[in-house]
Amino acid sequence: MKVTKEDFENVANLSRLSIPDSQTEAYLSQMDAILSYMDNLSEVDTEKVKPTTYALPMENVFRADEVRPSLPRELALSNAPLQEDGYFKVPRVLEE
Amino acid sequence: MKLYEKTAHELHDLLTAKEITATELAEDVFSRVDAVEGEVQAYLTLTRDEALEQAKTVDARIAKGEKLPFLAGIPGAIKDNICTKGTRTTCASKILEHFVPPYDAAVMEKLAKESPVLVGKANLDEFAMGGSTENSAYQKTHNPHDLSKVPGGSSGGSAAAVAAGTAIWALGSDTGGSIRQPASFCGIVGLKPTYGRVSRYGLVAYASSLDQIGPLTRDVRDAANLMNIIAGHDPMDSTSSSAAVPDYTKALTGDVKGLKIGLPKEYFVEGLDSEVETAVRKAVEDFRAMGAEMKEITLPHTKYAISTYYLIAPAEAATNLERYDGVSYGERIDGADLVEMMTNTRTELFGEEVKRRIMIGNYALSAGYYDAYYLKALKVRTLIQQDYMEAFKSVDVILAPTAPTPAFGIGEMVSDPLKMYLQDVCTVPLNLAGIPGLTLPCGVSSAGLPIGLQIIGKPLGEETILGAAYAYEESHDYKNKIAAVGGEKA
Repeated sequence: MKVTKEDFENVANLSRLSIPDSQTEAYLSQMDAILSYMDNLSEVDTEKVKPTTYALPMENVFRADEVRPSLPRELALSNAPLQEDGYFKVPRVLEE
Repeated sequence: MKLYEKTAHELHDLLTAKEITATELAEDVFSRVDAVEGEVQAYLTLTRDEALEQAKTVDARIAKGEKLPFLAGIPGAIKDNICTKGTRTTCASKILEHFVPPYDAAVMEKLAKESPVLVGKANLDEFAMGGSTENSAYQKTHNPHDLSKVPGGSSGGSAAAVAAGTAIWALGSDTGGSIRQPASFCGIVGLKPTYGRVSRYGLVAYASSLDQIGPLTRDVRDAANLMNIIAGHDPMDSTSSSAAVPDYTKALTGDVKGLKIGLPKEYFVEGLDSEVETAVRKAVEDFRAMGAEMKEITLPHTKYAISTYYLIAPAEAATNLERYDGVSYGERIDGADLVEMMTNTRTELFGEEVKRRIMIGNYALSAGYYDAYYLKALKVRTLIQQDYMEAFKSVDVILAPTAPTPAFGIGEMVSDPLKMYLQDVCTVPLNLAGIPGLTLPCGVSSAGLPIGLQIIGKPLGEETILGAAYAYEESHDYKNKIAAVGGEKA
């Protein structure tokens, strides 16, 4: 297996996903098949090749720094699962 | 011929000539929806009341003698990953089940100026991840040409609606073939524009360096007209191109004499269905007969495109989908603390394919694997792009199949994600290179399923590929064949 159980648990935690033990094996074998297929990339000599992140040749794009109207608070909050006094509300983060 | 069977440009002419009203047209399309949508299931949300209001408004404009924009009163479908202000936008995910965008995508603002009639929001693979629309959390869309087959994906709802007559036109998005492959499976025209040609503002992000919005239509002329409406720079999308937008319909001359066409040998290899190969090779001969010049070309890094794509796209997706944390919008599943709430929300509300891609993406981006996977893929991406640029030094367009097979059966591939990924071999290289591609019907398999021909262009070469496609379409009779859903005579 290319992906160890330890790696798998680390990546699941980074992804904020909880994969039940009963499904771990299926996930691991599918990820293994996919990543093994991708090993064909190691045949390619990329020693002197630069990475491409965007297909179009683009440098930094600037615009004038002007104040413009933005989404009103009420609308920005309109899809929040929980809100209070104009803020998003989340479960407690810090212990008392 | 029923109104819902016509193209947008035919209907525009009928509306302008006052031979029909927009209300009659909308009612005709909704009667088709009532007749076949139960079987096709292309829509996640139908906006019938709003549509009939929109039609009335257009009729009032006609009565006043106003000159109508191209799409005025013409019913269309919008893929449900494009934000529509006030209309639920789910991305076919449970995590956005009740999400009502507070703003319109840039393409919706552009469309609004045309006063189209919007039939509804079309089904897709969850967050556009898939090639069969089976990954929708809500329903499976069926191919109107054979209800036991998939419509393709991820824009399967958009393609099925246009093919079934429940929309005259549709918008989709294409990250690795998600417009072209379903258009091919459903026997219609689909265009993935050059990366940056159409603003992505308000398109729910899957893989931001690959995503592009484009039209799905009954014929090439409609695709050109839709491009006239949606293309152009947008200050809200800094990756959008500031190149001037031509009138794409001017490219539809029907003349391909002297057009230099490249045939990449890497696209005609193992796994290609023999009927697809025969149909595409026949199309090549037809182009030659029309005066085009053929040239064998090579795109040597094509065999690495699937690996490259399925590292880059999941890596970007893993990052883009971090935003679904149960805090600012979308659904929430409670937990004892913040991390548990986020984990519960994502675990319970993302589908299997979305989770798989997030896992692969974060794996490829994680410490110890970044160089070997993600960075390596970005470098191979450069080589894939260089292959095309080298080829385009000697040819104007490239011809290839759109998909290696006609539409496959519902349920046939769901258990083997890698096999499903390999279906994308003819489409993903274009997204990696950022170049445009159009699919149009070029034949029918012995089982009666449509086969698509892909015409690939240079960066911003949409006019050339639309022109070539139009010449082919004009000399064949595949265009605008509405599917006889479930054997019913259309």
